[in-house]
Amino acid sequence: MARKKQTKVKTPKAAVVLNEVVDSTLREKYSVIGKPIPRVDARAKVTGEAKYAADIEVADMLWGAIKRSPYAHGRILNIDTSKAERLPGVKAVITGKGFGGFKWGWSRETRDEEPLAVTKVRYLYEGVAAVAAIDEDIAEEACELIEVEYGPLPGVFDPFEAMKEGAPLVHDDRPGNICVEYHWDFGNVEKAFAESYLVREDIFQTPRMAKGYIEPPAIVAYWPDSTHLTVIPAKGSPYFPYRILSNCFQLPLSNVQIIQPFIGADFGGTKNDMVNGDFSAVMLAKKAGKPVKIVYSQFDELTTCLRRHPMWITIKTGVTKDGKLKAIQTKVISDGGAYTRMSPLSNFLTGVCMALPYKLPNFKTDVYCYFTNNPSSAAMRGHGIYHTRFAGDVQMDMIGEELGIDPVEMRLKNAIKNPEPGKMYETINKLTLATCGVEECVEKAAEAINWKENKKRERVKGDKAYGIGFACGTYLSGTKLSGHNACAAMVRICEDGSVNLMTGATDVGQGSDTVMCAIAAEVLGIGLKDIDIKRVDTAHTPVDPGTYGSRVTVLAGEATVNAAKDAKQQLLEVAAKEFGVKPEEIEIKDKKAFVKANPEMSIPWARLVRMACYTNPGMVIIGRGQSKRGISTYGLADFTTGTGDIGTNYSFTAQAQEVEVDLETGVVKCTDNSVIAHDCGFPINPPAVDTQVVGGAYHPGVGAALYCEFKMDKGLTLNPNLVDYKLPRAYEAPMTKVIHVITNDPFGPFGAKEASEGSTCTAAPAVINAIHDATGVWIKDLPAKPEKVFWALKEKREKEKK
Amino acid sequence: MNQKGIGYVSKTPNFLIEGGIGMKGEPRELKIKVNGMLYELKVKPKALLSDVLRKDLKLTGTKRGCLESTCGVCTVILDGKAVRSCSILAVQANGHEITTIEGLAKGDKLHPIQEAFINHGAIECGFCIPGRVMMAKALLDENPNPTREEIRLAMQGVLCADSGYVKQIEAVEIAAERMRGGE
Repeated sequence: MARKKQTKVKTPKAAVVLNEVVDSTLREKYSVIGKPIPRVDARAKVTGEAKYAADIEVADMLWGAIKRSPYAHGRILNIDTSKAERLPGVKAVITGKGFGGFKWGWSRETRDEEPLAVTKVRYLYEGVAAVAAIDEDIAEEACELIEVEYGPLPGVFDPFEAMKEGAPLVHDDRPGNICVEYHWDFGNVEKAFAESYLVREDIFQTPRMAKGYIEPPAIVAYWPDSTHLTVIPAKGSPYFPYRILSNCFQLPLSNVQIIQPFIGADFGGTKNDMVNGDFSAVMLAKKAGKPVKIVYSQFDELTTCLRRHPMWITIKTGVTKDGKLKAIQTKVISDGGAYTRMSPLSNFLTGVCMALPYKLPNFKTDVYCYFTNNPSSAAMRGHGIYHTRFAGDVQMDMIGEELGIDPVEMRLKNAIKNPEPGKMYETINKLTLATCGVEECVEKAAEAINWKENKKRERVKGDKAYGIGFACGTYLSGTKLSGHNACAAMVRICEDGSVNLMTGATDVGQGSDTVMCAIAAEVLGIGLKDIDIKRVDTAHTPVDPGTYGSRVTVLAGEATVNAAKDAKQQLLEVAAKEFGVKPEEIEIKDKKAFVKANPEMSIPWARLVRMACYTNPGMVIIGRGQSKRGISTYGLADFTTGTGDIGTNYSFTAQAQEVEVDLETGVVKCTDNSVIAHDCGFPINPPAVDTQVVGGAYHPGVGAALYCEFKMDKGLTLNPNLVDYKLPRAYEAPMTKVIHVITNDPFGPFGAKEASEGSTCTAAPAVINAIHDATGVWIKDLPAKPEKVFWALKEKREKEKK
Repeated sequence: MNQKGIGYVSKTPNFLIEGGIGMKGEPRELKIKVNGMLYELKVKPKALLSDVLRKDLKLTGTKRGCLESTCGVCTVILDGKAVRSCSILAVQANGHEITTIEGLAKGDKLHPIQEAFINHGAIECGFCIPGRVMMAKALLDENPNPTREEIRLAMQGVLCADSGYVKQIEAVEIAAERMRGGE
């Protein structure tokens, strides 16, 4: 792995610059935010008007299909497309060779993937050719007619095979199949272990998982002329394809137009990144001279698209007699799949975030990610952190049990305290926090589930056992990576007083469009209905890194605050002239501009805007704003040393979960007795935070704990449909309760931090801890499927007999 | 779709192609009533109902998800019953009456289920919402006073990735109450 040399981390000084955009007096007086805000796109979605990528149709459009490899590892010896080309209705056939050796990847150093494989396929069903035809059936039939000669190669299908000496190489130039590795050492773990009262080592395992969204990748691409490209893809980060397609087709960025339709959810990975179909649609459109649409099936998605890394985590922890963490040492082995993709970041986060949310004075980690001939792994909600947080929080209960300390007490003893206002907490690896509500989260969750009473109750009732488990989670928000991470917003005031808001951020369902509108309305002093947000169109909207790393509310939100302030300032100057006062003496609220000292002196919003636009010489009011937090001035993470802030701020969660274990069959169910206390700083739209925490975090977490995993056989996904994969349905969805813990972070707009990605990390350990509380067995490899629990219970019973 | 060399995985319902009504079959006449409008079309024998709704009638509110009856986002109402339009051949719907999400609102006036979904904040990415709302409508038309368990059972048929079902189940309860009140 090419380790990136980056700017040395600058840790913010102890005195925190309080959020310049919102002062505390304003916080009390919000008119739009902080209360239930109806989603701005709900009506379009509930009437079926909302167009997703697969719903888009362009005149004269062709359908594309991908020819995929039947080998997980093999050389491509020859591709004969002549029969396919002769099939009536076929308009273009392409192979990987047409891309002229172009390779792409997550960063400059990791460009190891071709749009369609040229010399070698590295995972099963990798794309090798593509066809555009007048309808979908003909395109698929033509794919069958493409003849590909392969030289099959032996493959490696898990990291333990991949690391063996002499193992087949997935990439000929990557010895040992190492995709990325990190080795960090903070403090002195050896000394701390020697001084510890108790040292415990366990191995945990997290499985390969699907993202679980229902909308598979889809794209429509066309070339308005030979130098301009327009693409309408199902992408949560449209500026990824913007840059990648510009490189691939050697077009200036100015000529690449990515138009963002509605997005049917994205949990990291595939919809940030590119798939074979994206490149193919663009190339086929170029070759055929007509628009081309490619829609993946769920089978394509589940067999070829990005997955969560399976990881094997060895964790050694030393504690004092009263349960305080002295040191943690981890060794993580992960399966990166066929290409590098985002593995450097996933594995970085896996290592670096062990220092949250508990005080940890000594920490050492070794993380190894290997290439295998499986579909590539990448970001998935709770990116990287999910794996080690699972290991850490389950082991915390194991240690608590050995020491005779209650799980809630264990967490309260170790939780990082919320820093005093103006002070920062710094972890051993230099993550800095201005706010941390984890302690309050634990207290509130324990209280809401009535732990004091419930811990004394009888666990077994007939053939069922009931138990309650706790876990804490964290996640970075406003992620800061290298390079260009600034983002911007524009607020355009129309002459009738209505407003267009343009950001580069993408709402993939999390509700950011609503939050951005609410922020703009709040700052401008007008209503939510006055704002119309435009979805991303790279020809018109300002650049934005994308919807990942829980960065939209915090960074695009900051940009929106600044843009709205800029537009407002222009209007304040007009009003000031009218009243003969200074602009700072005027405020706009409830669609009225007034002199603060004399509110009688006022103008309605619409009149003020008209005055500004029509009075000689007439203004065009466009407010511009940029996010500054995401850029290097505020420090960046250093991938070499594993130090420094990857996030602008950090969210925290504590979860309490009750389970019911069937002692005969091993079937575990999460009951409705469940609480998630979440510190997202300040919930700008509280019900949206609730649905995010419940649906975007908790249920996928329950899925991860009990049901979901890809079963593989030599690179073949054995359960490539959402029934066999066991994505939770309404029956597996407990009616959990969400509690908001408000910490008002100084680095987020209106005190906000990310919502719910941290909560993704709590369900799995809470459920596993609850199973233990109910039955006394530990399940260390997820998911806790009935057969695993059944055998564990049987083993325990047999041990007890002896 | 089908890849040569892989005998043990099959995604397309092969019987549709190989069972004598393959893709090369002559187009057949189809008369269906969709959202109150009568349509007369010629469709491929293998065409799925969802394909005809989306591609021929341009009713893209009905989503295309898995094409194998697992996700339910293509749910429409056929003669009063919720069905998955990806798992019915269009010709099987010949002579029948279909309601899709586009046919639910009366002009600008949304159906109580739609309103409840908006007002209760039950919508996230929205991809499953058309199918889910149609599923809820079929349920409430047949059983105006369902228990929470019965609503869960109906919602079981449509997968959601990101809203967690809780608010959706509650939204159906709210809608049911309003509909019983005569709306």
